[in-house]
Amino acid sequence: MTYIAKPKFHHPGLKKNELGYTHRDYEGKISTLCAGCGHDSITASIIEACYELSIEPHRVAKISGIGCSSKTPDYFLGNSHGFNSVHGRMPSVLTGANLANRDLIYLGVSGDGDSASIGFGQFAHSIRRAVNMTYIVENNGVYGLTKGQFSATADRGSKSKKGVTNTDNAIDLVAIALQLGATFVARSFSGDKTQLVPLIAAAIRHKGASFIDVISPCIAFNNHAGSTKSFDYVREHNDAVNRLDVLVGRDPISVDYAPGTVQVVEQHDGTRLALRKLDADYDPHDRLGAQTFLQKHAAKGQIVTGLLYVDPDAEDLHTHLDTVETPLNTLDEQALCPGSAVLDKINASLR
Amino acid sequence: MSVQSPISSVNDFVVRFANVNGSGSASANELFARSILRHGVPVSPRNIFPSNIQGLPTWYEVRVTEDGHLGARGGVDMMVAMNPQTWDKDVASIEPGGYLFYDSTKPMPTSKFREDITVIGVPLTAITNSTYTDPRQRQLFKNIIYLGALCALLDLDPKLVEQLIGEQYKGKEKLLSSNVHALHLGRDWALQNLKCPIGLRVKKSDKVGDRIFIEGNSAAALGAVYGGATVCAWYPITPSSSVAEAFTSHCKKYRHDPETGKAKYAIVQGEDELASIGIVIGASWNGARAFTATSGPGISLMTEFIGLSYFAEIPAVIMNIQRAGPSTGMPTRTQQCDVIACAYASHGDTKHVLLFPEDPAEAFEFAAAAFDLAERLQTTIFLMLDLDIGMNHRLCRPLKWDDAKQYDRGKVMTAEMLEEGRDFGRYLDVDGDGIPYRTYPGTHPTKGSYFTRGTSRDRYARYSEEGAVYADNMQRLVRKFETAQDMVPRPLQANAAKPTKYGVLYFGSTSPAMDEAIGILEARGHQLDRMRIRAFPFHSSVASFIADHDFVYVVEQNRDAQLRQLIVNENGIDPVRLVPILHYDGTPITARFIANSIGDHQDHLKVTPLRKAVT
Ligand SMILES: Cc1ncc(C[n+]2csc(CCOP(=O)(O)OP(=O)(O)O)c2C)c(N)n1
Ligand code: SF4
Repeated sequence: MTYIAKPKFHHPGLKKNELGYTHRDYEGKISTLCAGCGHDSITASIIEACYELSIEPHRVAKISGIGCSSKTPDYFLGNSHGFNSVHGRMPSVLTGANLANRDLIYLGVSGDGDSASIGFGQFAHSIRRAVNMTYIVENNGVYGLTKGQFSATADRGSKSKKGVTNTDNAIDLVAIALQLGATFVARSFSGDKTQLVPLIAAAIRHKGASFIDVISPCIAFNNHAGSTKSFDYVREHNDAVNRLDVLVGRDPISVDYAPGTVQVVEQHDGTRLALRKLDADYDPHDRLGAQTFLQKHAAKGQIVTGLLYVDPDAEDLHTHLDTVETPLNTLDEQALCPGSAVLDKINASLR
Repeated sequence: MSVQSPISSVNDFVVRFANVNGSGSASANELFARSILRHGVPVSPRNIFPSNIQGLPTWYEVRVTEDGHLGARGGVDMMVAMNPQTWDKDVASIEPGGYLFYDSTKPMPTSKFREDITVIGVPLTAITNSTYTDPRQRQLFKNIIYLGALCALLDLDPKLVEQLIGEQYKGKEKLLSSNVHALHLGRDWALQNLKCPIGLRVKKSDKVGDRIFIEGNSAAALGAVYGGATVCAWYPITPSSSVAEAFTSHCKKYRHDPETGKAKYAIVQGEDELASIGIVIGASWNGARAFTATSGPGISLMTEFIGLSYFAEIPAVIMNIQRAGPSTGMPTRTQQCDVIACAYASHGDTKHVLLFPEDPAEAFEFAAAAFDLAERLQTTIFLMLDLDIGMNHRLCRPLKWDDAKQYDRGKVMTAEMLEEGRDFGRYLDVDGDGIPYRTYPGTHPTKGSYFTRGTSRDRYARYSEEGAVYADNMQRLVRKFETAQDMVPRPLQANAAKPTKYGVLYFGSTSPAMDEAIGILEARGHQLDRMRIRAFPFHSSVASFIADHDFVYVVEQNRDAQLRQLIVNENGIDPVRLVPILHYDGTPITARFIANSIGDHQDHLKVTPLRKAVT
């Protein structure tokens, strides 16, 4: 069974944050994902970031679509409300929730299949609308839950587990988020907790649309070495997924490297990712510069990680709609209903 | 051709305007309808517009009806033929003895007229061109000039028309005086050159009373304001767009914080219907009252989310302004063709609540009530309008609101209740009515949170695919739907003057035509008890009504007798007992159609044994 990596100091009664909460208060159910799945590492980073920010766990609304990645909100912040909506439609549900109550923190969790294919439109529109949220894509280049089909972020020329070559161009969600006007754009790697935790924390603090694309290796479908039959068998008997890791489990990949350097990461299947961490003197306030930087390194086969762009003065959808400060879901009939006297006037104007 | 005497009728006739889309005629035509109302005479106008924007034909029909028959009548007594493109068809559609009004600037060959109608030519273009030089002015004022000529021909009081123009251009003196001038140009020309008035006349009366004149879509939008909707997400589609547009303008007027000027509402034009319903579901999940307005194609796209609303039990309000389908069908024509699609929308076993308002007044009431119902039942509520009510002005009783009314937010467990130690199971049926409690996100630091999902779960919202757990939940949803039966508007029954073995069921916009048809049928000697269905799930009285009659006609505006199917399916009724009366050419159903269809069937019964007639 996959357990969320728990930090050493995690003993009840030990370290507490400003609000007096321990790590446990930020945990959720036990993950049912494959052991070694990058998504579980992201879960751990979300827990860590929320702990460090001293967020009240129940003031977070965690919303997702459908996919292995979209299951993860069940595995963190057990005292907050989660919503596993429909495939690719997390952004609209989150937008609605945010309109109803601007006071909560909105965490949107999605997969590359969820966000770059069926939900590509919703991804784009929630960002261009500047919904105040932290939108995390757990990007493994494949459809995990439906067993290994290419997703739209898979590189052209890459091979699937079944040996099929991908002939379509890849969608770079970060490049698109930048183009659509996201006011916080980052890319990271699930195994780089040192980088990911502060990025998530900063994204949550950011008022506006924050987007983080997290490269997150899929052990099951980046793993070409045997066990396919057993894995498929277990996969088809969904309520037995917990046994998966016994069959295919691996340690999650983790990295730790210095800003400005390139780190080559070997995935479970032996493919290699060249991660380039942004320099300390990189200017993340230049949207155009960020786009160029991204493209330049992509051409070299490098995946740039770090905070690519941030607008510290960002506005959000509520600012654009000029809504009242009071959450709309708390307004009552007194505040909302114009009353019978007004209706009489309306009637009179219709004669 | 036989010599036909011209139709002569006071306060009871149909005028149809044939125009070119984009010529600015709409406001002049509407002014005509409103002017007659100001004479105290009811009117029932209808837009007839094909799905195009500029340059193609469009019609506007005004039924003048002292008796207050608000359904479409059928037939045209006077055609105001302003569109050369549709001339032949327009001329052909005039009733024998009727009138043709046209622009006589250019001479027309006599072959273009009919001998059995009265032809009235007014050189509109010539008058306009000699008065105005600006091309746009020429186009717009030509419409007001023909309105002026009609005033003289139909004996309308020009003072009442002027008064209306005054209201329309309040504060815009220049526009006011130039419009009044154009009106008089037309009227004076007609008085000097034509025999005025003609056989069709308007005479002052007192039959309008305190009724108001409003479009169903606008009334439904106002219902959403009164019902406390704060979030609206929508995607443009005819004939529903004007709901969201009206909601926007009503909110701008009535929903701003007096101190800060900030909006107590959020309106988002979604990127599509998928997003619109997603936003509604997200907002409702988070405790706001939210709705979307759409039409058939939008419903098709929304169905996956509607299933989620049903199964995860999240409130949602969808206003479906029906148009003729399937697919793009006839986008600007009316039908009642989404009954089945909405009642069972989405995959798996689902059932949804439908409300069927008959007119704008009910559209207002039902729209407001839909939010109470959605929260009370935690499910999708469909407000089923159609183009005929939605996009046409209807005369209806004034809108009413009881200031003592409080919104029914349904079963919501608060932090205090959780603190008291109340057992919270998101899908626990504590009261036996199938309706569980919910909590809003952010309610309590340690209690009451749960995970919302479309996958199966137990009573405490824990994921489970165990068969018994799933079945338990599905059974409870059936119980909840049974509870809904007594919460939705009940059907209304009216009995014939004499006891009868026959009944008729109908719903929605068919109402005024049905009312009129009953009178016609009575005059033909046919007695019918009638019941107007106002909601699905059907109240038990629907089954009793059917049981009380030998057989019952079901009148609807679709090909496949969808309401009848639903009644048969849900109530286990023998289909033979329900005789379909179906109108589905995209035009609003008329009293003539209903009376003829039922009347012929009834006449047939008199000479045929019953069993043969109904099989
Ligand atoms: C409308 C619809 N179509 C297809 C599916 C099947 N489906 C479930 S998850 C998924 C893809 C998940 O991929 P991704 O978002 O990349 O997440 P991962 O599992 O890789 O984390 C698909 C296609 C669905 N649930 N709903
Ligand atoms: S299939 Fe891939 S994405 Fe899904 S849980 Fe397993 S490793 Fe993670």
